[in-house]
Amino acid sequence: MSVKKKNWPLWEIFVRSKNGLEHRHFGSLHAADAEMAMENARDVYTRRNEGVSIWVVESKNITASNPAENGEMFEPAQDKVYRHPTFYHLPDEVKHM
Amino acid sequence: MSEKEVKNTWAERSRSLEEIFEARIARDEKIEPKDWMPEKYRQTHIRQISQHAHSEVVGMLPEGNWITRAPSLRRKAALLAKIQDEAGHGLYLYSACETLGISRDELYEQLHSGKAKYSSIFNYPTITWADMGAIGWLVDGAAIINQVPLCNTSFGPYARAMVRVCKEESFHQRQGYEIMLTLCRGSEEQKAMAQDALNRWWWPSLMMLGPTDAESVHTEQSMKWKLKRKSNDELRQQFIDQTVPQADILGITMPDPDLKWNEKTGHYDFGEIDWEEFWQVVKGHGPCNKERMTARINAWNNGEWVRDAAMAHAEKNANKKVAKAS
Repeated sequence: MSVKKKNWPLWEIFVRSKNGLEHRHFGSLHAADAEMAMENARDVYTRRNEGVSIWVVESKNITASNPAENGEMFEPAQDKVYRHPTFYHLPDEVKHM
Repeated sequence: MSEKEVKNTWAERSRSLEEIFEARIARDEKIEPKDWMPEKYRQTHIRQISQHAHSEVVGMLPEGNWITRAPSLRRKAALLAKIQDEAGHGLYLYSACETLGISRDELYEQLHSGKAKYSSIFNYPTITWADMGAIGWLVDGAAIINQVPLCNTSFGPYARAMVRVCKEESFHQRQGYEIMLTLCRGSEEQKAMAQDALNRWWWPSLMMLGPTDAESVHTEQSMKWKLKRKSNDELRQQFIDQTVPQADILGITMPDPDLKWNEKTGHYDFGEIDWEEFWQVVKGHGPCNKERMTARINAWNNGEWVRDAAMAHAEKNANKKVAKAS
C-alpha cells in the first residue's frame, strides 16, 4: 500500500452572475490546485449559466472574524447615530436632501 | 445552426474588438476589469477615478481645520464622522482605480507631483464655523448631483463604489444644512456669519461642476462611454434649481444679482461665472493650493516610518511562525 497522499485543499468559490454585479460567495470545493479548482467550480456552480466570471481563493488564505467576538468587534458602530441622515432635523419644506 | 445564426457569427468575427466594446456600452452592459477595453477608456477612467479619490482625501483638509473648534460635542462627532467617511470614500475609489492596473503608489505620486488634479473647491480656506455648514450644504450638495448619475456608469468597480459612497453621504449634506439653519435662527451675528459663508462658497460650488459644455474637452467622449450621464451645464442648472429654494428657507440670499426664476424655461437664470478664477485655481494659484499639497506630501513622508514599521512587524511575525513550524 502506498503512503497516503496529502488531502486536496479547500477552495472558496466566488461567482459574478453578470457584469455590473460584484462576485458573490457561492460555496467551496476541494481541488489539487487553482486550475483544477477553477474547472471544478465551473462544472459545479455554473452549470446553468449562473455566472460570467469566477474567482477561486484557497480557504486557508481567508482570515475570518470570529462570531464569538462580535460584541467587541461591532459594538463601536452601535452608538454612532450621527452617522445616519435621520439624526439631523430639517423642516419638511426642505426638498432634495 | 440556422442560416441566420451562421450569418450573425460571421458578422461578429468581422467586427473589431473596439466595435464590439462600443456596442456593449451602447446596450448598457457593464465593463469589468478583466474585459478587453480600449486603452483610452482605461486611461480616461484612471484619470477620472483617481481625481475623484484625490478630491475625497484632499477634501478632508479644509474640514479638519475645525474638528478641535467645533462648537459642541454633537457637532464635533458629526464632523469627525463626515471626515472619516471621506477617508473611506477615497479608499473605495483608489481601490476601484487600481483594478485598471495602476498602483496606489503611482496614484499618490501623480497627486504629489501635481500631475493629477483634485476638485478645485478644496483650495479655498475655511475661516469660520459657518464654512462647515456651507461646505456640507453646497459642496456636498454639488458632489451628490455629480455622483448620483455615476452609480450607473459603465465601469463596474466605479459604479459599485459610487453606490456605497452615495448611500453613506446622504447625511453629509443634511448635517451641513442643519448647521446653516441653526446659525440662521440664531443671533444677528450668527446669521451674518452664515450669509458670509454662502457669499464665499456659492460661486466656487458652481465652478465645482466643471467648465461649461463648450469648454469641456472630455465631455463628448465621457458621455459616449457613460462615464458621464449629464453635461456639466445640465448638472449646474439642476444644482441651482434645487439649492435656491433651500436658501430661501434659511432666509439668506445667493451673492448673484442676476439670479431670478424664469417662468418660461422653468429654471433659474443666473449671472456669469468668473471662469478666469476657476482656471487660476485649477492651475495651482488658488488661495490654498500650496498649503493643501504641502499637507498631503508631509502626511505621506512623515508616515513612512509607520508604514515601514508595520511591514517589519508583519515580517517578524511571519518569521516567528515559520520558526515555530520547523
